[in-house]
Amino acid sequence: MLEQDSGLSLTIARIVQRLKGSSLHSQLERQARISLHNPEIKLESLKEDIKDFLKTSGWEKKLQNAVYSELNVFPSPCHPAAPPEHMKEPLAYMRKAQGSWEKRILKSLNSMCTELSIPLAQKRPASEQKELLNKWNEMGTDEPDLSLFRPVYAPKDFLEVLMNLRNPNYENGEQLSFRNHLGLIQVPLKVKDIPELKEDFSELDLNVGQLGIDDSAQVPPEFFENEHVRIGQKVLAEQDSAAAQQYVRQGCPTALRADLWALILNISNQPEDILYYEQLKSNVIQHDLLVDSLIYKDVKLTASNDDYYFVFEDYLYQVLLCFSRDTSVLEHFAYSSATPPKSYIRGKLGIEEYAVFYPPNGVIPFHGFSMYVAPLCFLYHEPSKLYQIFREMYVRFFFRLHSISSHPSGIVSLCLLFETLLQTHLPQLFYHLREIGAQPLRISFKWMVRAFSGYLATDQLLLLWDRILGYNSLEILAVLAAAVFAFRAVNLMEVTSLAAAEAVLADLSTLKVMPLLQIFLFATVT
Amino acid sequence: RPGWQQARNEEEWDFLWCDVSWLRENFDHVYLEEHVRICHFRNHYELSRKNYLVKNLKRFRKQLEREAGKLEAARCDFFPKTFELPLEYHLFVEEFRKKPGTTWIMKPVGRSQGKGIFLFRKLKDIFDWKMVSMTVFSIVSLDLQRQVSIFSFVTSSSCTQKDETQIETYVVQRYIENPYLIGGRKFDLRVYILVTSYSPLKAWLYRDGFARFSSMRFTLNSIDDHYVHLTNVAVQKTAPDYDPEKGCKWMIQQLRQYLTARHGTGLVEVLFADMDNIFIKSLQSVQKVIISDKRCFELYGYDILIDRDLKPWLLEVNASPSLAASSQEDYELKCHLLEDTLHVVDMEGRLTGKEKRVGGFDLIWNDGPVSRGGNLGALVNGNFVANTHLGCFNDRKKQLKELFGNLPA
Repeated sequence: MLEQDSGLSLTIARIVQRLKGSSLHSQLERQARISLHNPEIKLESLKEDIKDFLKTSGWEKKLQNAVYSELNVFPSPCHPAAPPEHMKEPLAYMRKAQGSWEKRILKSLNSMCTELSIPLAQKRPASEQKELLNKWNEMGTDEPDLSLFRPVYAPKDFLEVLMNLRNPNYENGEQLSFRNHLGLIQVPLKVKDIPELKEDFSELDLNVGQLGIDDSAQVPPEFFENEHVRIGQKVLAEQDSAAAQQYVRQGCPTALRADLWALILNISNQPEDILYYEQLKSNVIQHDLLVDSLIYKDVKLTASNDDYYFVFEDYLYQVLLCFSRDTSVLEHFAYSSATPPKSYIRGKLGIEEYAVFYPPNGVIPFHGFSMYVAPLCFLYHEPSKLYQIFREMYVRFFFRLHSISSHPSGIVSLCLLFETLLQTHLPQLFYHLREIGAQPLRISFKWMVRAFSGYLATDQLLLLWDRILGYNSLEILAVLAAAVFAFRAVNLMEVTSLAAAEAVLADLSTLKVMPLLQIFLFATVT
Repeated sequence: RPGWQQARNEEEWDFLWCDVSWLRENFDHVYLEEHVRICHFRNHYELSRKNYLVKNLKRFRKQLEREAGKLEAARCDFFPKTFELPLEYHLFVEEFRKKPGTTWIMKPVGRSQGKGIFLFRKLKDIFDWKMVSMTVFSIVSLDLQRQVSIFSFVTSSSCTQKDETQIETYVVQRYIENPYLIGGRKFDLRVYILVTSYSPLKAWLYRDGFARFSSMRFTLNSIDDHYVHLTNVAVQKTAPDYDPEKGCKWMIQQLRQYLTARHGTGLVEVLFADMDNIFIKSLQSVQKVIISDKRCFELYGYDILIDRDLKPWLLEVNASPSLAASSQEDYELKCHLLEDTLHVVDMEGRLTGKEKRVGGFDLIWNDGPVSRGGNLGALVNGNFVANTHLGCFNDRKKQLKELFGNLPA
């Protein structure tokens, strides 16, 4: 009991400290001061009156939303005496693995840099700056020579690393039997089984209305859709983050989605946010980073070739180039197992005073990174708002998909969850695929790393991401991956090679996400 | 198609998918039996040639104004101001001088795929313009007010080397300078309408269609840049950075979702209702002129442009819409479109004539508006809801199965 309380007070203290420095705090102060002019505020009951005022004018709601947002993002400290690494990642061997992976990436980046004799960062000459400013809205028309650049790593390289993860304290001396885990991931992390998932995702149950199922052409809108839209409008009117998060578990109506997501992520696009974005933009204009070329290359290779996202090419540059320079992203490393790579000013290798984080936001993009942003372009059209939404999505969710950690939403757990679900509920399929050399994870890994972006049809993807936001967890990605395999099980049982298995699962664009999830979780006989 | 056989040359045929040149040459001379079906109306050009379409629309508008008042006639204002050249040249100049600085687009009436089109802002641009392929035009000046010229556009036929010249008609149209942009790019919509009869008027709207994007960002600065302004795939295909893998097309479903996410369901429904209005009014305007023939049907490709106020504009109507496919998705759309067209034409005689939906086609006009109510129960709130589903979910296979039972489709 005492521990719970002390844990709670620690959390409160931490949130208060974080909010103290924020713009919301100064706004609240200003509002409180302005309210002093109100006749209702009396000196005797000053505190109470101001509190009431804040409540009725909607400011308390904003504060609530901010607190809720903090709770969602920062994990609670496990123990008051735990060192800060533990908030990043409690397991030592995971930290070590992440560290060596990072070294590899940085080495690859540095060697590319030396090979091409391009500095990691340099200031742009004034003429180039002017040119870039003019072309800011159409950077896609640029055709720089990117043939010598290669992505720093691709998802499959990352998979190889994960496959070799082992817990040195875990001795698995038993004979390899069917009861052991047959998949690629061999670390003993706890993952949920279907009964637990059913409980967690109870809003996806068969008897609960869903967008993505109960809004189809055959179902009259009076049954569910109309009411759901009405509730959504009410949630938006109330501006309540927590309610919105609960609401989107059943899916967002298309017209309300942009606002609901902004509410959940607590993005309000204040003037200072716009100013911040403009500042980042001027950083982009002034300095040229090597990472920029990687971003260009990635966008050209992935999003520009996509049938639906090619239109948004320019937005992607505007977001990603600014993203690399955003040092506020460094804050997320406090709870991520990753550490931002450091680079040294030329000639001062090893001297700490000359160390800088490179890239400034500490995130090195990999092949397919731009696909995190592309679906958001469907919802947000002002660059600064699009940027903030993406940044928030990244520091809440996406970073877990490419760092090694034991977090339940981390990619390692997702892979293990996927493999366990498949092995437990479709053992024949799993065994068959393994026998033909087509380990299921080899196929589904890329789906999960990209959160299915680029693999599903856009409307389905957005329905899926509704649930990610609603449940504040990425586990649904693993469940969906398993559900896809279950759906195509009949065809998969007939294949005899990895290539054939890949072919069966190559095209997911016709899949309807919600029915698959529902059937897998709630309608499969276990 | 099950049960169908391709007829060889000289043999008798029951169904003909021909191109318009065949029609022109043969229709009046060939005896056609009652039961045959042919895919064009004799004088389809009343709708598909730009100058005739303008003429018909203007006439229809006047008629509507007389009969139903200004408000109703205003619903015909979906066609940008157009003048036929050389006939209406002085009318055009009058309009041109009223609003200096606007951009106009010049289109040859008979050609397609974006050929021969150019934009201009100054009258002298027309003087300066020379077509790349063998064009000579002579300018004859006459005096009217201070200075007016009559152009005769003369082009030499590309088939012969001789000096054979034909006078080609052009339309000049006010260019829509504020098109709706997505990702900085301009796009237009291709929508398919099937007309099985003109008197009475019976028209079907296909649920699928696509939006064609220009591969370059839109700017009014580069009027000469065809690639920016013309969204025909044929023109885009020759653009220097055209990547056939890119496909620059979105399905209309995608567009509808994007617009709904951006503007909300209300505005988007109004937009699509306005488009329905375009289809109906344009067909009504030529209804009396087209030579109706039970044996004819026609599949039109409508080109629609949406501007930044979410108002749709009719660019043109194609009587022979391209059936070439630029991607797998496109191929499937066109195959299904053709299949469903044949279902509606119903040579097999399976339909009762009371259907409101066949596959991906929704009946939108049957000598009167068609409402969505009916098999779904009573009218929604007693209001008329049109039976159009452009950009909506197209579960045609299922519908066809319901319709035809278990007969081979």
